[in-house]
Amino acid sequence: MPQTLYDKLWDSHVVHVEDDGTTLLYIDRHLVHEVTSPQAYEGLKVAGRKPWRVDSVVATADHNTPTTNWDEGMAGVKDKFAKLQIETLDKNMKEYGAKVYFPYLDKRQGIVHVIGPEQGATLPGMTLVCGDSHTSTHGALGCLAHGIGTSEVEHVLATQTLVTRKMKNMRVNVEGPLGRGVTPKDVVLAIIGRIGTAGGTGCAVEFAGSTIRAMSMEGRMTVCNMAIEAGARAGMVAVDDTTIEYVKGRPFAPRPPLWDSAVAYWKTLKSDPDAKFDREVTLDAREIKPHVTWGTSPEMVTSVDSVVPDPDKEKDSTRREGMERALVYMGLKPRTRITDIKLDKVFIGSCTNSRIEDLRAAAAMVKGRRKAANISVAMVVPGSGVVKAQAEKEGLDRIFRDAGFEWREPGCSMCLGMNPDHLSPGERCASTSNRNFEGRQGEGGRTHLVSPAMAAAAAIAGHFVDIREWR
Amino acid sequence: MEKFTVLKGLVAPLDRANVDTDQIIPKEYLKSIKRTGFADALFAAWRHDPNFILNQPRYKGATILLGRKNFGCGSSREHAPWALIDYGFRCVIAPSFADIFFTNCFKNGLLPVVLREDEVDKLFYDAALPGFNLTVDLESQTVSTADGSKKFRFEVDAFRKYCLLNGLDEIGLTLRHEDKIRAFESRRKTQFPWYF
Ligand code: SF4
Repeated sequence: MPQTLYDKLWDSHVVHVEDDGTTLLYIDRHLVHEVTSPQAYEGLKVAGRKPWRVDSVVATADHNTPTTNWDEGMAGVKDKFAKLQIETLDKNMKEYGAKVYFPYLDKRQGIVHVIGPEQGATLPGMTLVCGDSHTSTHGALGCLAHGIGTSEVEHVLATQTLVTRKMKNMRVNVEGPLGRGVTPKDVVLAIIGRIGTAGGTGCAVEFAGSTIRAMSMEGRMTVCNMAIEAGARAGMVAVDDTTIEYVKGRPFAPRPPLWDSAVAYWKTLKSDPDAKFDREVTLDAREIKPHVTWGTSPEMVTSVDSVVPDPDKEKDSTRREGMERALVYMGLKPRTRITDIKLDKVFIGSCTNSRIEDLRAAAAMVKGRRKAANISVAMVVPGSGVVKAQAEKEGLDRIFRDAGFEWREPGCSMCLGMNPDHLSPGERCASTSNRNFEGRQGEGGRTHLVSPAMAAAAAIAGHFVDIREWR
Repeated sequence: MEKFTVLKGLVAPLDRANVDTDQIIPKEYLKSIKRTGFADALFAAWRHDPNFILNQPRYKGATILLGRKNFGCGSSREHAPWALIDYGFRCVIAPSFADIFFTNCFKNGLLPVVLREDEVDKLFYDAALPGFNLTVDLESQTVSTADGSKKFRFEVDAFRKYCLLNGLDEIGLTLRHEDKIRAFESRRKTQFPWYF
């Protein structure tokens, strides 16, 4: 029977199936960070258990690490609770071990979803989990990757398996060339705008079509990253030459002679031509414009040349009330032109858009210009120490600094504002992250999700601009 | 894990769709390294509003939360079910749940019940009256009103039901298959050595 990519990845990891379909799935790679792991290690200890396979674990501290004051060392972590979590991870790593651990201040430290692929710790054909919903990012490499809760983190540590059930197969096809100024971020926002934040619930989503195939690995990661914002635990892209080229030579990637057998296997990791999907959606890339969210859910999104929608036009009462509440929270009036929305802060970073390509795209908009006077802070937070070093080698940090942007140390930063980087009540931010939920970037903060180029241009103009007309 | 058999309790209605885990427990409260102590963090931002359901005396002591579709979307933080449990909830009823949150509930003895949208509508209507109670019976997979006028059936995976009814530790259950896992692992190591 023809199989989808997801079917293949699933089948190759099944250890045991219960009568009701509950499955024990083998896990190849387990990414661990400081916020969702302490209770799991504590649980192990209380039960007197040991990790099943220590070398499946790759760990880092990213969620609440500061992006300034690195020269002060641990003393630079002013928040005592954040410090306790970072130290608890250090302690657990010392006690239990890992394949590799990039602690706070390490040159290779960074956002867990950036460093996995970057280090070659994420490989095609794997099952990969992490106590973080944006684990879907890694699916861009043709592996089965999704977020898990802390009890599951403990379960995977103790048994190398996950108790789970097979999801449905969904495919999102994007066909055609992308217009000028239109990026993978806009593609995924358009997808979410079309299918909604629950559109992929219960599904593993394969992103396919000529637009996706033409994307770089960085672009594919941006798309898969936000699969979870469409409700899908896992997003994935079939393996092709782009994937293999990307993996080649990375620190933890296989080397010859294993490399050739690995590549031969990886090339089979794509859906068979007549594989059946439970759901299929197709978008025309030519119709996708730069996108901006206007509300408090990623599905509340529109194109930059449009206006804030009018709830009165919405017939469904639950949706209408949701829109009304979102507009009050966001401090926006219906029918306001998106390009008339003035901003206070700009954040370029997060596991969605903090890779080298993202920073290059942002720097290209900024070069030789200054941020607008009304932008109090424009912050660039590279996804990892490796990204940061590369950007500095290319002189991108200078471009940003000269334009009045802050150039920070790597981490999650203002994507969720657990560290000192956050919005104050009422502040409005153009952000390259993935969630615009109420209070996500700070209580009362107002988040508009956009691509790196859109965020950078907005910092220069002080409001959103249609970068297709940007000169 | 605490067993879940029959729960009879007061219902608190939360009439919003797409309630995300950032609302259930804002990030300021994720810095603990413990599994408990999150009761005050539950819906912390919304609790500034004196009219929010959890601030209304009539819902004090509620053990069943009634929600709208796509409940628990967003972040994978298991702190969301921990906070609900710490506050006193043992069951959430909604027309649909986000996947990760749904799974996290079962691991903590919090029962997520999916009912049809029209059934949930009826319960929201009833919950407007003071002292609206429901009985959630996991064994018979039913939700019923005290007067017996309404009785709705819900689905639950047999394995999850079994674990919840008996309060079983899932890791212990999985380790019954230890030999199978080892056998699988060694086969995989031979076939795909580059993953090890
Ligand atoms: S960057 Fe944001 S979304 Fe990504 S892992 Fe960090 S907190 Fe989560």
